[in-house]
Amino acid sequence: MSALHANMELLRKLLVGFVRDEVGKVGISKVVLGLSGGIDSALVAFIAAEALGPENVHALCMPYKTSNPESEAHARLVATACGVNFSVLPITAMVDAYFDKFPDADNMRRGNKMARERMTILFDHSALLRALVLGTSNKTELLLGYGTLYGDMASALNPIGDIYKSQVWQLSAAMGIPAEVIEKQPSADLWAGQTDEEELGFSYRQVDELLYRMVDQRLTKLELVADGFESEFIDTIYAKIQNSHFKRRLPVIAKVSNRTIDRDFRYARDWGK
Amino acid sequence: MDFTAVLAQIKPKLGCTADNLTLIEMQITKAREAGADLIVFPELAISGYFLKDLVPEVALRLDSAEILRLTELSCGISIVIGFVEESDDYHFYNSALYLEDGAIRHLHRKVYLPTYGLFDEQRYLARGESFRAFDTKFGRFGMLICEDMWHLSASYILAMDGATTLICLSSSPARGIEGDSPGSATAWQKLVSTTAMFLNCRVLYSNRVGYEDGVNFWGGSEYVAASGESIVRAPLLEEDVITARVTEGALRRERTISPLMRDENLFVTLQELRRIADKRCG
Repeated sequence: MSALHANMELLRKLLVGFVRDEVGKVGISKVVLGLSGGIDSALVAFIAAEALGPENVHALCMPYKTSNPESEAHARLVATACGVNFSVLPITAMVDAYFDKFPDADNMRRGNKMARERMTILFDHSALLRALVLGTSNKTELLLGYGTLYGDMASALNPIGDIYKSQVWQLSAAMGIPAEVIEKQPSADLWAGQTDEEELGFSYRQVDELLYRMVDQRLTKLELVADGFESEFIDTIYAKIQNSHFKRRLPVIAKVSNRTIDRDFRYARDWGK
Repeated sequence: MDFTAVLAQIKPKLGCTADNLTLIEMQITKAREAGADLIVFPELAISGYFLKDLVPEVALRLDSAEILRLTELSCGISIVIGFVEESDDYHFYNSALYLEDGAIRHLHRKVYLPTYGLFDEQRYLARGESFRAFDTKFGRFGMLICEDMWHLSASYILAMDGATTLICLSSSPARGIEGDSPGSATAWQKLVSTTAMFLNCRVLYSNRVGYEDGVNFWGGSEYVAASGESIVRAPLLEEDVITARVTEGALRRERTISPLMRDENLFVTLQELRRIADKRCG
């Protein structure tokens, strides 16, 4: 049995409770999220709908002109299945207006810009709707740094940031997310035919097994090799975690005073809540 | 003496002592009106758990108006409550009070402050230095605060000091999603049951619920009889108040059937611990 086996009923309760509790204590009843047509945001939409009632969940689909049309269809399908508010807001005009000045920009720059464009729209809708922005990055992506800093990684609350992609699949099936969304190849959908696993060079199931042992169980490299993982694969993943660590931290502040934010000025985010 | 205990599985707000005291007072009034003899609140019920730099802001002296108010309320019902205590020499403790008949019957300062994994207590709090049993209207009790109970010596000392009822105040975070319950809940249930059984003591375990910065506290407060059997248990993950009828008869029978504590040899234990301590000191 996979080391990533989890009790879906318990996980669902914890995550639904998380959204209900952490949103409610801020004195807000609504959330907004980007619905891409992929499984991660679909799962967050389902969790939020169960926690707050679908009428309090606003899902925005923000396609670019090169996005696969199937993505928008899947986003709509998910929104209909869980009953949340749904609107489509294309980002092509904003993104193209910028890259008209930089026609030679590569795919990475373009992809990051799209992710950040979506972020600004979500946070604007946060003010418009008095709704908190829900994050949709899973633990696999966060550990590998496979996301855009201040783009898709930005949110107020992230219900799925401590569960691996393999667990996202399991929970999505348990919560009744439409099968076509669960079964399709994960993709950042920045250009036609892009898939996560091809870009990463390994499968999510493969890397999740390693990450779980490496991060959660803290096995040594010798133990991981004894468990059948290739030495080179272990080194690659370790380097990815290390090199993307800056994405998981606040910006570094130069310390000059006796009490510096986050170093010796320490309060929980839920301070007074 | 038989008594009725209420375990108040509440959801304190982080750093909001006034709001939490209002909630606590409401629960005390309800329990007293329902005829309960004792009400047990969780660890740090007055302040919330992940306090960090808030510790000095939420700390209360034993002669503060808030503690005097709770002490007054104990004229109608005995009260066990967890809070941050500020001492005369400005140390801050993770403390529990046993209040009875308008007086402080006992103060316990948490000895084992966890500083591993998600915990960071010893950075902010001072360590208590004793485990003492004490007499109440309902028999001889001992108090433990959360991590204290994971150290076998703590419960053992209280039981050897004559406690037949252990009260554990807890703010235990949920982690581990493999089993039917959070892994930490399963571990705690085993611990409480085993401790009760080994020491012929009944245990009143009061754990909080709610989330702080994404960390869930799992609840599951329970009364476990001296046999190790869980007699009444609150649901997981939800606010609730449960009532336990605690009888002397059940304790007497258990101690008669299974006289482990009668046969426990304090002097062998002491002799061996002294030998080990001498060896460690060189």
